[in-house]
Amino acid sequence: MKNTLAVMLALTAGALALPAQGALKVFACEPEWAALTQELGGNDVDVYAATTALQDVHKIQPRPSLIARYHQADLVVCTGAELEIGWLPPLAEKGNNPKVNPGAPGYFEASHFVSMLEVPARLDRSEGDVHPYGNPHIQTAPDNIAAVAKGLTDKLAEVDAAHAAAYRQRYAQFSAKWTTAMQKWAAKAKPLNGIAVVSAHKAWAYLYRWLGITEVATLEPKPGIPPSAAHLEEVLSGLKIHPAKMVVFATYQDRRPADWLSQHAGIPAAELPFSVGGTAGADDLFGLFDVTVDRLLVANGAAKP
Amino acid sequence: MLKPVLMPLGLTVVLSTPVQAAAPASQDQELRELRAQIQQLQQEYDQRLKALEQRLQQAEAQAAAPPPPPPPPPPVTTAQNGNAFNPKISLIMNGTYAHDSSSAPATVPGFLLGDEATPGPSGVSLGETELAIESNVDDQFHGWAALSVKPEGGIGVEEAYVNTLALPAGFALKFGRFFSDIGYQNHQHAHAWEFVDAPLAYRTMLGNQFGDDGLQIRWLAPTDLFLEFGSELLRGGAFPAGGERRDGIKAWTAFAHVGGDAGSGGSWRLGLSHLHANADRRPDGGGIATDFTGTSRLSILDAVYKWAPDGNPEVTNFVAQAEFFYRSEGGTVVNDPSGAADTSLYNGHQRGFYVQGVYQFMPRWRVGLRYDRLGASNTLSNAVPGTTLQTLADNGGSPQRYSVMTDFSNSEFSRFRLQFNRDQSRPGQAVDNQVFLQYIFSLGSHPAHQF
Repeated sequence: MKNTLAVMLALTAGALALPAQGALKVFACEPEWAALTQELGGNDVDVYAATTALQDVHKIQPRPSLIARYHQADLVVCTGAELEIGWLPPLAEKGNNPKVNPGAPGYFEASHFVSMLEVPARLDRSEGDVHPYGNPHIQTAPDNIAAVAKGLTDKLAEVDAAHAAAYRQRYAQFSAKWTTAMQKWAAKAKPLNGIAVVSAHKAWAYLYRWLGITEVATLEPKPGIPPSAAHLEEVLSGLKIHPAKMVVFATYQDRRPADWLSQHAGIPAAELPFSVGGTAGADDLFGLFDVTVDRLLVANGAAKP
Repeated sequence: MLKPVLMPLGLTVVLSTPVQAAAPASQDQELRELRAQIQQLQQEYDQRLKALEQRLQQAEAQAAAPPPPPPPPPPVTTAQNGNAFNPKISLIMNGTYAHDSSSAPATVPGFLLGDEATPGPSGVSLGETELAIESNVDDQFHGWAALSVKPEGGIGVEEAYVNTLALPAGFALKFGRFFSDIGYQNHQHAHAWEFVDAPLAYRTMLGNQFGDDGLQIRWLAPTDLFLEFGSELLRGGAFPAGGERRDGIKAWTAFAHVGGDAGSGGSWRLGLSHLHANADRRPDGGGIATDFTGTSRLSILDAVYKWAPDGNPEVTNFVAQAEFFYRSEGGTVVNDPSGAADTSLYNGHQRGFYVQGVYQFMPRWRVGLRYDRLGASNTLSNAVPGTTLQTLADNGGSPQRYSVMTDFSNSEFSRFRLQFNRDQSRPGQAVDNQVFLQYIFSLGSHPAHQF
């Protein structure tokens, strides 16, 4: 009897240490939203990240494991703005989960809380895989993260009203820490203000706006179309007129075109994490911007931190 | 920013000087009042100037910090006309150049072929143009229609179904015309296949692809392992069912799928499915018709494994898939029913499988290999020589085929493919070397990715 009681107590203690049984199941389309939900939800949430920073979010397939996780989710947190257009609709069709289908209360779109950049004036596929609602890579600037954090807190409090106070409290803590961190990053990144760069993909509009960086060329001739040798030559000769300080690419992208340009133009290549988990040190949202700013500074000529 | 503030201050100074100089004694009272007023004014401006300086300092301090988060975007204003509610529309265009070294009729020993199973024309030809229209109907239903426009004219309805969005407890219903979820490749539209043509098992036992009118119910288990069960109740209008008197349910299917991830870059799915079909004087696709009346029972085991480094298919990725078919048929066959009407009892067992692998070795470029094989052990009571009945009774054929292909995709929306087949599916394993050059283009809405 005593033993049974001890086992039961141990099990209870074990259950308390893990996310609670009734924890809100969150399906995050991208790792940055998984990290943000974890910051705001603590052990009131059980977060599943559908993709990693090593994957190209445009090119995900609705594979069986995603269908199974989507089916069980209480809340789906995605960027929206058609970033997941290729795989979220099939998940909604096959995942049999009306709670979280686009439009339902259990569906959260981060891009609603951000003013979108690069909204195309002309919608035509000859421009490549353009996103009609603007550049969807909103997680590359910390002020966007701050805006989404507020909206996500409201959503968490709405779908899990029992823990609303806890979400709001964590938000207050996160928000204070984030504001301080943003000031630190901005001060540190001052030398980057006004520099010109080449990017692999049009993925950094928000980062560049935040730091005052100008994009003079992209390695992809059009969004979603892989760099060809001819286009790389074009970019290289273009650099003679509009010189750039570095070539910026994300870990998930093919690094060979970036390396090629780096060698031929004699400028450094900066490999950025793009999202949480993209490189060593980018283990959470704070680390993501620590690493991003540091690597840009190193490529800009600063000593390694 | 300071200029408008300084100007009134300067004005005050200018005003106060001449007033002091010109003041006679009798106007002392007025002068004092005026001075008091001016002093008051000066004080007010001093205070405002200090406040402004303070604000300026604050602003300078903040300039180092990032700009405040932008205001929330205005509501999307693209909905300026009724077009905003238009469904998603996409058009798939494809065309082929084909060359066959053999011009013998494309019969397969041990099998009666459906009418869709004849190979495409040789030379340059336009394939079926597919128009797909998709939209949510309301909060409960989603609709999808895929119309195929044949190159010679005429519109076919490949799929036209409505599926539920909000059934509870993991259930979903689909009704209308749809490609069955049996097997792995069956639900994929032809433009999503990895090779130009369907595997031999699909060609011979399902008429390339099995779609029919009816109802599908599907249930998804609430587990982290993907586990799905489903069943379809069908009209029985399509090969291997078909023929007259299609009242009631003349075909049904049942399927189970299990799947998940394997390591950081792999994912897999296994499926087991069954199709039970009744045929009533179902004609085949040959020149002289051969009717089949009876039942056809097909079981399929399918497996697919996909891999990419870290799950990122950008540079390289690999897809392996294999399906095993086993079919039992029993009934009567009649050759040339409107003429000689040779009749035979027929009891058949047929097997078939294919294995294929497709590897993307650099961005945009892929290569693929496929091997197909079929086998039959059929019994016919009256295998009249020189007719389709004799071909059906031919158990010694062991039809097989080797295929190799390479394709280039400029973007997600365009693809060119070159394929070579060494086809030995005709009686006596007669060799037919086939070459295909194919293009596939997708216009309009972004297509849904498939697993």
